[in-house]
Amino acid sequence: MMQESIARERIRSVEGKPLLEVRDLRVYYRTVAGISKAVDGVDLDVRRGEILGIAGESGSGKSTLTTALLRLTKPPGFIAGGSVVFHPREGSPVDLMQLSDSQVREYRWRNLSYLPQGSMNSLNPVMKIEDQFVDVITQHSDIPDRKAREMVPSLLEQVGLDPHVARMYPHELSGGMKQRVIIAMSVALNSDLVVADEPTTALDVHIQRVVIQTLASLRDEFGMTVILVTHDMAVHAELADRVAVMYAGKIVEVSDVHQIFKDPKHPYTQGLIASIPKIGGERKRLTGIGGNAPSPLAWPSGCRFHPRCPYVMDVCRHQEPPLLPLVNGHKVPPVVACHLYNEQQVTGGKHEARA
Amino acid sequence: MRQEHEHKIEVQHVTQEFRGAAFRSTGGKLVAVNDVTFSLTDNPPQIINLVGQSGSGKSTLARIILGLQKPTSGTVLFNGKDVYGMGRKDRAEFLRMVQPVFQDPYGIFNPFYRVDRVLWKPIKKFGLAKNRSQGLEIIERSLRAVDLRPEDVLGRYPHQLSGGQRQRVMLARVHMLQPRFIIADEPVSMLDAAVRVSFLNLLIDFRDKYGMTTLFITHDLSTSYYVGGEIMVMHKGSIVESGRVDDVLLRPQHPYTRTLLASVPVPDPDARWRDKAAVAIEEEEVVVESPNIEAPNP
Repeated sequence: MMQESIARERIRSVEGKPLLEVRDLRVYYRTVAGISKAVDGVDLDVRRGEILGIAGESGSGKSTLTTALLRLTKPPGFIAGGSVVFHPREGSPVDLMQLSDSQVREYRWRNLSYLPQGSMNSLNPVMKIEDQFVDVITQHSDIPDRKAREMVPSLLEQVGLDPHVARMYPHELSGGMKQRVIIAMSVALNSDLVVADEPTTALDVHIQRVVIQTLASLRDEFGMTVILVTHDMAVHAELADRVAVMYAGKIVEVSDVHQIFKDPKHPYTQGLIASIPKIGGERKRLTGIGGNAPSPLAWPSGCRFHPRCPYVMDVCRHQEPPLLPLVNGHKVPPVVACHLYNEQQVTGGKHEARA
Repeated sequence: MRQEHEHKIEVQHVTQEFRGAAFRSTGGKLVAVNDVTFSLTDNPPQIINLVGQSGSGKSTLARIILGLQKPTSGTVLFNGKDVYGMGRKDRAEFLRMVQPVFQDPYGIFNPFYRVDRVLWKPIKKFGLAKNRSQGLEIIERSLRAVDLRPEDVLGRYPHQLSGGQRQRVMLARVHMLQPRFIIADEPVSMLDAAVRVSFLNLLIDFRDKYGMTTLFITHDLSTSYYVGGEIMVMHKGSIVESGRVDDVLLRPQHPYTRTLLASVPVPDPDARWRDKAAVAIEEEEVVVESPNIEAPNP
């Protein structure tokens, strides 16, 4: 009962306002070959209490985007422009990109937490789980050591682990248990948002399943907002409410998860969905997406997907399509950046792309 | 390209044990492969899937077949000759006829050499070409056979290629050698969905066009269903179920196969298992995890 009210309260408190508003975010890398524009003008809203999936192939900019959201971009990477406005439960909105490093540290872990790829291997092998929790909690808050220690059992229960795990060492835990310890640790300070980067990749099917359930319960029971980054579309189908598809440093489509799988709009999304093999049914040859992923050193002109697009038109080669909602016939309009839908799209909305 | 006579790999009662302090919890040893027997033939050519979760012994079995790890007991025969006791000439033949493709397309290449080197090496080792221009011709033909443009690949360093390109270069190498068998250990697990499909299509084409037989090792049951053929399900070192892919994956008999199938996320938001099967997982998990929980080290 109490958990339910926490979840509701957390979602309701700032209802109507997104948790994060990402506008024209650009994250570049300086390389010997020139500027690599890994994230190049991303517009995205993250709604409070949702699980937002971010999909896309390797090199599309998923991880660069999510590390930038938490201001964790490291040289040679840098924020080249744009804003990420965070609306906290209390207090006024802040643009995370404008804060100093020490200011942004205040928000990290307390408000925004991060679950990097392969993080279950980052537990300290010679420290008991409890001590590692205490380390994290005291580092990022004013909570005293003793109080932090008392918090550990309930944090472990939050991810379905027995409290006695607190006194164990990492090597005594299975992969699934370690991953859950890491998730519990990342949300130890009751943060609003957890960004999970490929949380299931390279994990065994059983562990994968445990992780998916744990992330789902963080939202369902504790009202946490989750950004889920993975190239595995099946995981998005299992977990996400909405899916944003990235291609070549940009968002090309954002839709409800059912919409994305049943009726993908962008030709790239269509190719992505069409390349997923399924168990059962007729065995027909899948085609995948022809061509190779473009280089962030020199994105193609116009629509960045045009060299691989089966429906390429003349306009695609020199004009970049704006990311706009589709209006007709959709209860929840999908948002898509493709010239095929020019006539069905509203203009002048807040999603309109900048020139 | 059908061969005059049949080539055969026979795995007979192969067992692999590992001993050491790391396996204290299971009595000082780990039986990675437990009395496994099966055979691969190129007549007719086929794709044989070997599936199971991490630690089930799939990769150990692959290494044993490739002649990289002599098993504790049992034999591996290539055309009737023991892989671990063959003469130089037979071994050269074996090395050419049985080619590996590994999981990590990043770990195969030496970062200091151009990609060309992994293609020239087999040409020299196996004397595939009389001179340089003929060698280049073979390389270009093989690159095109795996949908790579030679100009995109040759003269480049490994880090300049994508994971999918690198994995296809390895297939180009296979194409050049025209082996009878490909032992592919998780070859697509690090590739994106779209690239994954084109790689799987190439394996299917290699079977149909060149008569190559592939042992396809994967933990991803949906890719097994896609390539079809036979399937063996491995659990704790033993093969617990085998048969046609359609029978085993659509009508699984062994409880472990059912568990494995139930754990696979389905790419359909209307068929989420987290809505319907929450309780069952906790039970399974205890079974999987219980051997790992033991008293802490003193």
